[in-house]
Amino acid sequence: MSVPPSASPLQRSPIAAFLDGFCAAWCSALAYVVLATYVGVAALGHDFGFSLWWVLASTLLLWVAPGQVILISALAVGATSVETAVAVGLSSARLLPMVVSLLPLIKDKDTPNRALILPMHLTSVSTWIEAQRFLPGLPRAIRVPFANGLGVGFMTSANIGTVVGFYLAGSLPPLLTAGLLFLTPMSFLISTTRNCRLLADWLALGIGIVLGPLLAWRQVGLDLLWTGIVGGSVAYGIHRLREALK
Amino acid sequence: MSGMTELHAYVLLVLVGFLPNEVWRVLGLVVGRSIDEESELFTWARAVATAVLAGVIAKIIIYAPGALADVPLMVRLGAIACGFAAFLLVRRSIFAGVLAGEAALMLGALIYRG
Repeated sequence: MSVPPSASPLQRSPIAAFLDGFCAAWCSALAYVVLATYVGVAALGHDFGFSLWWVLASTLLLWVAPGQVILISALAVGATSVETAVAVGLSSARLLPMVVSLLPLIKDKDTPNRALILPMHLTSVSTWIEAQRFLPGLPRAIRVPFANGLGVGFMTSANIGTVVGFYLAGSLPPLLTAGLLFLTPMSFLISTTRNCRLLADWLALGIGIVLGPLLAWRQVGLDLLWTGIVGGSVAYGIHRLREALK
Repeated sequence: MSGMTELHAYVLLVLVGFLPNEVWRVLGLVVGRSIDEESELFTWARAVATAVLAGVIAKIIIYAPGALADVPLMVRLGAIACGFAAFLLVRRSIFAGVLAGEAALMLGALIYRG
């Protein structure tokens, strides 16, 4: 995995930083995971009778594959607007802690709010993972354009995947579809592991893996939100305790 | 979406897709804006986001969606373990991990197809 080219990072212009971010996205295995995931999303949209432009627009506006799958399926089976909105909203709650833990890495003391709107909108799991990896090593002045390049890079791969999926729809063998669906958990697990630095990160990963399916099995409402709050807080608490005992 | 006009489909996309989704990002902007990278609140928020992500990963493997559900649970668990082991063994490479995991999943699915 190559580090983005940064021969003289202090002198890089915003446009060069944006392109560095764009290239970093395409050097990441996650770009191809995103592409393959959207092949699946597009095939679903095609099967339910949505147009290619509508599916592309849903990627630009939502930029969360699971939420888009829920939206497409719900509209296709004629769920009410309120039901659909609630289902999409519940599945996307993970964006809140992601944006909260991304912006402090991106912003400078005097970054205006409007400069944070694009990085906020581009936040997704893939952008978040790679931003946590690259941003700490970059000068603050170029972090906003770099993050934007990263997000736009991943979104480009999603849209290429969407076009491919639209034309492949119906001809994908089931085993290949299963393989496409398996890409997400496999790549997210190892790229999250690679990003773990503090004890709090490692514990959060371990507790989340156990707590997520457990709460879903007990049919606790908002299971992922509780997994995050409880798992993250316990992990953080143990981390603090160990720091205090040092 | 039979019987839905094209315009209607785009209006729904914004109202029941974009808005309920984007509200979380905007809330994140409001909260995250005032947090410092060195602060304890940032470390906590990172742990929360990591735990959510871990929960998502485990849920997809155990309560698999669509065609992945047709692959036996033991094959899914074995494949993710193979991929993780390959990642650790091959210079912490994500490509190696994903390739090994996918290969194990396909092989396992072909052998143990129910």
